[in-house]
Amino acid sequence: MEPRSHLRIRNLNVSYGAQQVLRNVTLEVPDRKITVIIGPSGCGKTTLLKSLNRLLDSVDGVRIDGQIFVDDEDIYGPDVEVTHIRKKMGLLSQKPQVLPMSVFDNIAYGPKIHGQRDKKRLRALVERELRAAGLWDEVKDRLHEPASRLSVGQQQRLCLGRGLAVEPEIILGDEPTSALDPQSSRIVEQRLIALKADFTVIVVTHILRQARRIADYLAFLYLGELVEHGPAAEFFANPRDPRTRAYITGEIS
Amino acid sequence: MLASTVIVTASLLVIVATVVVKSLPALRLSMLVQTPKGGYYLGKEGGILNAITGSLYLASGATLLAVLLSLPVVLYINLYARKKSVLATFTRFSLDVLWGIPSIVFGAFGFIVMMTLGLRASLLAGIITVGLLEIPIMARAMDEVIRLVPVSLTEASSSLGATKLETALKVVVRQALPGILTAVLIAFGRGIGDAASVLFTAGFTDSLPRSLFQPAATLPLAIFFQLGTPFPEVQERAYASAAVLTLIILAISLGSRALIKRFTRHSIK
Repeated sequence: MEPRSHLRIRNLNVSYGAQQVLRNVTLEVPDRKITVIIGPSGCGKTTLLKSLNRLLDSVDGVRIDGQIFVDDEDIYGPDVEVTHIRKKMGLLSQKPQVLPMSVFDNIAYGPKIHGQRDKKRLRALVERELRAAGLWDEVKDRLHEPASRLSVGQQQRLCLGRGLAVEPEIILGDEPTSALDPQSSRIVEQRLIALKADFTVIVVTHILRQARRIADYLAFLYLGELVEHGPAAEFFANPRDPRTRAYITGEIS
Repeated sequence: MLASTVIVTASLLVIVATVVVKSLPALRLSMLVQTPKGGYYLGKEGGILNAITGSLYLASGATLLAVLLSLPVVLYINLYARKKSVLATFTRFSLDVLWGIPSIVFGAFGFIVMMTLGLRASLLAGIITVGLLEIPIMARAMDEVIRLVPVSLTEASSSLGATKLETALKVVVRQALPGILTAVLIAFGRGIGDAASVLFTAGFTDSLPRSLFQPAATLPLAIFFQLGTPFPEVQERAYASAAVLTLIILAISLGSRALIKRFTRHSIK
């Protein structure tokens, strides 16, 4: 028997005030693969992603129903510690958002707040994560410079490394390449592909070609509804729903 | 518009020039390093060291008190309260009202509190009163900069599993540090220059402040008393005191600029 995937979404409904953004979304995210959530802007992709690490909690007037299981624990359950859930997920935002500190401290920030004080270990860890993010060679001589002096593409990889440093299980990317130039986008995409060996990766994008390049599994959201999902090859070759077909062929966007 | 600009800039220059020119005859080193001797206010020997140290102690204490109260308030209404929270809106409104209250009213209020508690005019009472006077100025100025910290930055920190407190102290305060320092200095400047709030609460004395529970002299009151004498040579000393006060504020403002430059190194623009 195949073990159940460690991220399952069941009957998720999200609304902001009177406006319902997600309707009855149910999805099992396959482990150690890249799942790409596609759909036109405003269809609820980002909301879905942010509901996974409970970043929606602080939005005014938000209502969340349904369950999301991470390792069989309902993250919206009554006794759940939010920081513990968030630690399991690394988030890459649309625009890279480095912390107002040095390159080194950007990576060390997460481990430090979770109790790692040993300087030697921190140094080793920073190097390891910067290598994992494909950034080490470019910044090894600039570790104590402000992170904001890096290029945007480097900043996004730094954010990736920062997320990896807290040892998450899942990496969430919210259109992680939308602010980057093609060259940096390619590097970030390659990092994500390399990382799926150890992590479950979920990426939101509205770029179909990017989805074709990196996705193992696809989920198509349209007007808050999960229209169709399935393995990438099948999804693109044989879309079942007419709306999916229309989206893939570019009739709706 | 140009005329207004010229008038405003010129009035600043005129004020500074008047103070400097009028103070020149009296401005001597002895003024800065001596306390008033007998008959000082009649034109005899002495200086205003009592008021200089008193003012510095008082304004530093008051500013420290104001920081300790303002920063938590501002972090609370920006990071903990909901955006449309009634408490946050009411807090901002209260701060605006407090800002508008004349300092003599703070002084009178401080005086009543002192009387009720059976305290005498003292450095401590002055610190508390001036601290209260500084809070709305400092908190509103901090509020403006902390509001500008992007939500994505707090999200970045919390998605690493940081608690709200960790995010507030290690990321938000760090990002807003230059603005926070500016707020502290604006409040300090206001506190050191205010006469009305210390008139009843800190009192005045010719000796150096030695304890929190004894009265302390302040520069604004020293100016007031010296200018109030009928002797021209004592009035000149009032201008000299004004020059010293202006110089202190100028030095702090310049020094802080240098400091801020160092602190902004890591802030994200």
